[in-house]
Amino acid sequence: MKYALLICDDETVSPSNEELADDPVHQAWVDDLERRGGKLVGVRLRPVVDATTVRVRDGETLVSDGPFAETKDFVGGFVIVECADLDEAIQIAAGHPYARWGGVEVRPVWE
Amino acid sequence: MTGDHVRAAVDTAYRDEWGQVVATLIAMTGDWDLAEDCAQDAFAAALTTWPRDGVPRRPGAWLTTAARNRALDRLRRDAAGAAKLRELAVPARGEPAEEDIPDERLRLIFTCCHPALPFPARVALTLRTLAGLSTAEIARALLTGEPAMAQRLVRAKRKIQEAGIPYRVPPAEALPQRLAAVLAVLYLIFNQGYGEEDPRRALTAEAIRLARVLAGLMPAEPEPRGLLALMLLHEARRATRTEDGVLVTLEHQDRSRWDNALIAEGVATLDQALARRSAGPYQLQAAIAACHATASVTASTDWPQIASLYGELARLAPSPVVDLNRAVAVAMADGIPAGLALVDDLAASGQLTGYHLLPATRADLLRRDGRAAEAKAAYEEALELAPTEADRRYLTGRLNEL
Repeated sequence: MKYALLICDDETVSPSNEELADDPVHQAWVDDLERRGGKLVGVRLRPVVDATTVRVRDGETLVSDGPFAETKDFVGGFVIVECADLDEAIQIAAGHPYARWGGVEVRPVWE
Repeated sequence: MTGDHVRAAVDTAYRDEWGQVVATLIAMTGDWDLAEDCAQDAFAAALTTWPRDGVPRRPGAWLTTAARNRALDRLRRDAAGAAKLRELAVPARGEPAEEDIPDERLRLIFTCCHPALPFPARVALTLRTLAGLSTAEIARALLTGEPAMAQRLVRAKRKIQEAGIPYRVPPAEALPQRLAAVLAVLYLIFNQGYGEEDPRRALTAEAIRLARVLAGLMPAEPEPRGLLALMLLHEARRATRTEDGVLVTLEHQDRSRWDNALIAEGVATLDQALARRSAGPYQLQAAIAACHATASVTASTDWPQIASLYGELARLAPSPVVDLNRAVAVAMADGIPAGLALVDDLAASGQLTGYHLLPATRADLLRRDGRAAEAKAAYEEALELAPTEADRRYLTGRLNEL
């Protein structure tokens, strides 16, 4: 099964790409994913200050600054992985450094 | 063979075999609804076949085979099902030997209690698929409407399918946490039935049955046995817990009415668990219950031992309620002032603000210490916070005695 792992936090920690690359927990996570060979897509997103939300209402396009959802946590990146089952996806999610201060939402891909 | 005799045999088989028939069918087809339907059909077939042919020597094997053949027929009927059958490599129709049917209930119970399911759904699913309670029975027992309960079961089964929750016993590294989740579900089922609202004891009986199955399937794990022992020891005292709707405290329960057979089984079960030398929260709670259950009169209660068990429990599973119970045991073992000091510390911490047993416990200790005026004020405080009628009646009685 395919799962999207949405890597979320409130952006207070906000490590740079270099810091993240140097983080041994992140390295272990990347290596583990590599070993499993199931990664299909994986990206890190820029922070929500760079987000733009687009809505269309009554035929009019409304563009606004910021993320769509007014929540405490924001999606900071995501991977799509092929896993045997939810338990494997949970295992991968638990290895991500953001799981220790933010959270990882595991969503099955609608196929 | 009389109809009553067969009816009783089918009822017994339903209680003992339902979970295993469903578990086997899910393992075979991966389809929870199909598994339940075919299990139901198998029991219906038993009702018509057994009066004619006699009750089979191994009712479980008969029922599993009947359900399995029914599933094969239904899958063969449509093209998608036939493809699935090839994929599953299910052997041809026939009578599997008894030893060919593995007990799949452990896989079923861990899947029902998977942490990705909402807690109430875990409880409902366990009662439906393992214990075989109907949706209406579960709704009644858990004080929910039947349509809401049906919806909860449908959603849970759908999530298992769509989110890919695996049908298996978790690997060793995940086992302690996952087992704790299973035990929590069984204990909730027991506690739900322990209240007054379930006079037929249906839920406590189901919980004990399930704990027995779990303990039997995981002989190397001490905590399932600890939970089973705890349930048995509580159940033994159940009849004496209330009198005419008024709560009766342990101290005043009629010990001659406790069920000695259940106490003996509970103590023996606890001893088996403790022999593995790996104490856990359920074993400790059972050990405390055993101290009470084996004291022939209140005065012979081993309070120092109970205080030390609560201390160990507080270390393994910290909770202010455990600290409160420990304070009572310390008061009984080392004198009221020592216990009262612990209660006052707890009150000062604010962790139990609004919990009626905090002032009720304080009141009780003050009363024992002869401080009637202070005890009265504390009972009045507890009375305002008490959640049930039985609690209020008990506290009012105490207040009037002062």
